[in-house]
Amino acid sequence: MTGNTTEIIKLKLAKRYAKEKRFKLYGISAIAVSIAFLLSLLINISVTGLPAFQQTYINIEVDIDSKLLKLDSQYSEQELFRANYSKVIKQSLKTMFPGVKGRKQKRALRQLVSKSAIYQLRDFVIDNPSVINTRQSLWFLARDDVDVFMKGGIDRSLPESDRRLKDFQLVWVDKLLAENRLEKRFNVSFFTESDSREPEQAGIKGAMIGSLLTMLVTMLLSFPIGVSAAIYLEEFAPKNNKWVDLIEININNLAAVPSIVFGLLGLAVFIGLFGVPRSVPLIGGLVLTLMTLPTIIITSRAALKAVPPSIREAALGLGASRVQTTFHHVVPAAMPGILTGTIIGMAQALGETAPLLMIGMVAFIADVPQGITDPSTVLPVQIYLWSDSPERAFTERTSAAIMVLLGFLIVMNFLAVIMRKKFEKKW
Amino acid sequence: MIDIEKREEFDIEIDKTVGKPFIDDAKFSTRNVDVFYDDKQAIFDANIDIGKNQIIAMIGPSGCGKSTFLRCLNRMNDTIQGCHISGDIKLDNEDIYHKHQDPVLLRARVGMVFQKPNPFPKSIYDNVAYGAKLHGLASNKIELDELVEKSLIRAGLFKEVKDSLHKPGTGLSGGQQQRLCIARTIAIDPEVILMDEPTSALDPIATAVIEELMIDLSKKYTIAIVTHSMQQAARVSQRTAYFHMGHLVEVNDTNTVFTNPEHQLTENYITGRFG
Repeated sequence: MTGNTTEIIKLKLAKRYAKEKRFKLYGISAIAVSIAFLLSLLINISVTGLPAFQQTYINIEVDIDSKLLKLDSQYSEQELFRANYSKVIKQSLKTMFPGVKGRKQKRALRQLVSKSAIYQLRDFVIDNPSVINTRQSLWFLARDDVDVFMKGGIDRSLPESDRRLKDFQLVWVDKLLAENRLEKRFNVSFFTESDSREPEQAGIKGAMIGSLLTMLVTMLLSFPIGVSAAIYLEEFAPKNNKWVDLIEININNLAAVPSIVFGLLGLAVFIGLFGVPRSVPLIGGLVLTLMTLPTIIITSRAALKAVPPSIREAALGLGASRVQTTFHHVVPAAMPGILTGTIIGMAQALGETAPLLMIGMVAFIADVPQGITDPSTVLPVQIYLWSDSPERAFTERTSAAIMVLLGFLIVMNFLAVIMRKKFEKKW
Repeated sequence: MIDIEKREEFDIEIDKTVGKPFIDDAKFSTRNVDVFYDDKQAIFDANIDIGKNQIIAMIGPSGCGKSTFLRCLNRMNDTIQGCHISGDIKLDNEDIYHKHQDPVLLRARVGMVFQKPNPFPKSIYDNVAYGAKLHGLASNKIELDELVEKSLIRAGLFKEVKDSLHKPGTGLSGGQQQRLCIARTIAIDPEVILMDEPTSALDPIATAVIEELMIDLSKKYTIAIVTHSMQQAARVSQRTAYFHMGHLVEVNDTNTVFTNPEHQLTENYITGRFG
């Protein structure tokens, strides 16, 4: 190298290094920005959602008086079931807060506890009939307004007209607090109950089971169909055939179709034409299968394509047929990629809302689905429903449900990583 | 340095294969074989016999069609889209491209070892046992164990791997992997073994081991080897075929080819004037 060339290179060297440094900086700042966004999202959701995992309970001295229950000395099981528990609770509250006057205040007093208190008391009495005509100290779910207040959601300094709890109600709550009759406990019912109009009773079990059943249908349909299609297209279909090309282009296009279109398709074809019942996990699974198939086919094909051709040659050279070559060697080698693609597709389906709105999975369903033909809803739709509810207490439940959904997604992605590690083979 | 102007060797006419392409005791015989990739012709009118229990080496510059020709012999070219073959290729006087000929059966009779060692990502044992299991050559575990051991011994690999039979075959060194591939091929006891530049990815020591193995195997099997190394061809083969731009230029005893080639092109190639 002549001295001249060295000089020219030297002159440019500083500039080249500066460029490199700048580029590194861009990259790092891009990552920092995205991490900041992600963190603020997670923190926001956690801060809003975490209180939902606790629920306020009220302690009441209940006089389980047979007269109030309208029970004779002899009663049948049915009579016990139908007894007037609501009156007992009303009376017990009146005893605790004597001097409550007026219809409005009386109603407000009754509404300190959740409506579920009646059923809770009923179950308690049916399980222990000996408590009749005794006084029991029982814990009941508090009404959502009390719960919101306990979690600091109601500001005392606001004018009375702007508060959900009026002055006289605050007096009651203060009294209960002073007597240690209000307590926040872990919210078990959030995980064991289904949707409810009363926020303090609403849980996500129904949506979770619905999601699980829907995912099951999606998985059982989309995995075999998607992987078979990918294997055929990649290993057996004639290359440079215009029909195969057409199918390929269409699969790629399908992956870019907005998901709500799949919902409309499901509505028209599955419900309209084939008469599949609406708002059940079966139809949800069918629609999500349509939506997931392109993802699974495309990722599986990429995984199959990445298998070195030398493995196919080795097997063919030993006298394996094409099917044997494919299933003994190519598919096992591509399995990590196929599974990763499938789980990513499933995670996508798990978080999907739009197409499910089209097929009636947005309905209010208070029962836990028992099978794939029972009406149900799914987690993201439940989140959508709650986010739309006016009650204050649903806000935290919305965020809590998002946390549960994110938890599921993290578990699924973690599974994908484990599967990939487990099936991975070194060449 | 080769003077480009002098490369008129390319213009030398090739009309017929010179030397002795035909022999009496032929295992393979090909007549008027043309191979096309779509519209491009890769092999022009190849006529050659491959003798039983012999090693025949195929040499020639890159892209001359020697690998293509080799892959015609066990119909590996069937898997390539757009490749079609005309002419006769007979194995023991049976047309291997006859419509009733099963390529799966053919490939069990004509094994192949590839340029880059390509063991399956499975254990050493499973690599060797795969073909035997596929064709049902062993009826029980003991027979299979024996077959695997015998094949590994024949491939000269058993001593090195006998304690690690259940470790992945891909963990072996390049030379060991290639011998594993040879063991895998001979486990199904083929009649012919095709080798496509089997040592081009290996170091000289591993190459020497494999060459010895080839000579040993030729007592039992017919071997056709494609190689870039003329020394290798000279060391291991009894006959040598020289390909040039899709034409089979010369077939002769290896000795003759390297000491007294009949064709000008062959001479140019072996003396290193191009290639």
